[in-house]
Amino acid sequence: MTLKRAAAITGIGEMKPTRSPDGKSTLGIWTDVARHAVLDAGLSIADIDGLLIGQPITEQAQMWPSILGEYLGVHPRYGNVVDLGGASAAGMVWRAAAAIESGLANAVLCVTGEASDVETFYAPRARRSAQQLPYREFEVPYGPMGVNSGYALIAARHMYEYGTTSRQLAKIAVDQRTNACANPDALFYGKPLTVDDVLASPLVVDPLHLLEIVRPCTGGAALVVVSPQLARESSNPPVWLLGAGESSRGMMLSQMDSITTSPITEAAPKAFAMAGVSHKDIDLISVYDCYTITVLVTLEDAGFCAKGKGGPFVEEHDFTWQGDMPLNTHGGQLSFGQPGLAGGMSHVTEAVRQLQHRAGERQVADCEVAFVNGNGGIMSEQVSLVLGIE
Amino acid sequence: MSDIITRYAKPLPEPSAVSAPFWEGLNAGELRLQRCVTCSRYVFYPRSVCPHCLSDRLEWQTASGRGRLYSYTIVRRAMNPAFAADVPYVFAIVELKEGPRVTTNLINCAPEYARVDMPVKAAYDSVTSEIALLKFEPE
Repeated sequence: MTLKRAAAITGIGEMKPTRSPDGKSTLGIWTDVARHAVLDAGLSIADIDGLLIGQPITEQAQMWPSILGEYLGVHPRYGNVVDLGGASAAGMVWRAAAAIESGLANAVLCVTGEASDVETFYAPRARRSAQQLPYREFEVPYGPMGVNSGYALIAARHMYEYGTTSRQLAKIAVDQRTNACANPDALFYGKPLTVDDVLASPLVVDPLHLLEIVRPCTGGAALVVVSPQLARESSNPPVWLLGAGESSRGMMLSQMDSITTSPITEAAPKAFAMAGVSHKDIDLISVYDCYTITVLVTLEDAGFCAKGKGGPFVEEHDFTWQGDMPLNTHGGQLSFGQPGLAGGMSHVTEAVRQLQHRAGERQVADCEVAFVNGNGGIMSEQVSLVLGIE
Repeated sequence: MSDIITRYAKPLPEPSAVSAPFWEGLNAGELRLQRCVTCSRYVFYPRSVCPHCLSDRLEWQTASGRGRLYSYTIVRRAMNPAFAADVPYVFAIVELKEGPRVTTNLINCAPEYARVDMPVKAAYDSVTSEIALLKFEPE
């Protein structure tokens, strides 16, 4: 089965991230970005017949599609919560395309966002009923620092196996910050960084420094995935789904065969094969970056460089929007901010913006094909997408 | 001498019927692992089926308690306030001699002396009268 050109993204809506909710609610943010996405796609709310929603991290409820559908006036023929952590947004894109391909829907609204800040994000979650989950029994008693400590374990092991250095990892944060300085919507706009700044920031979970760790914030993003017929009628240039691949493994690093190699090694080749493109065809890399190490492992596992060579690869390439290998041109979540699952969607919306040539100052010249990767959990859920313009 | 009893405020495991032998072993100062009768592989965490072959014939064996530090991090800021007094502490994964990896803490070792691949041995930390946690110390 192929989903190549089965559907296209025609509209996006995204909130400028803020450090705190400032009175906004998650439902209010969803409504706002959803409205913008529908209007951007040139559709009316009655055209929307599919609704995919990312499970909020800091709020618990059931039947989210009904809650948002009722609020917006959407009566979905196809509705789901997509629960792939940071990979949810990329996962929504191909799920929407599959629903459209199989005739379940014509226009699927995909929504993410979170009204949170550092305090609410890191507050101990309410104790819920599912106490006997393995990670609560065999991991939580030892004091993990959320997922920060998991990514730190990956970084430490990567350094041991391949000789990767903190200086190489820091360079990723620096290039992305350069990109953020060309994005007025980024949380860290106007605050350039150097490698020495990153290395001088406090170690939080060795070997990761504060400036290698994403900042939870408030924000939201939505996009509309439509049928080829609606795509052709769109006033925006359709951004076609060319290829998709997904692969997940479990929750706990201790259960993974290797913590330095991720299931991107399965997801990305599927996406490239479906799209019929190779790495040299990629004009923009827009990949999940909760930590610097996430980007480095993604570049290796998606095949942009050999396994273990991510460190030297980072040194050899310029990831800024005008560099030889533009990557996370919105600043990545490290510099744009991480508004819950909308952080993952920011990699999709940025690819759409670049492919539609409406990225403003940071526009990548001749941007026609983008590689997007969503990452959930601790390098567990992986969704790779290849997106392209006509 | 103070007679104030300090309550253990950190998250505690809640042993299940399946995992009880593991936790009972730790209380007895012994690391017990499941081993699959069908495929002979060791299994951790405790399960009702073998994750390698789906066999339900798992038997408990006493393990060596020896292993190597597969990876580690030094946690310098506690997310859960109950760990605040412990920072900096080592949060780690140990690869047991028998194969499985376990999430743990490296103790009785200054954090800066931790090294990936260093040999370690089990240390049983009785944090309450009912629960001992499986931690490791330098071999």
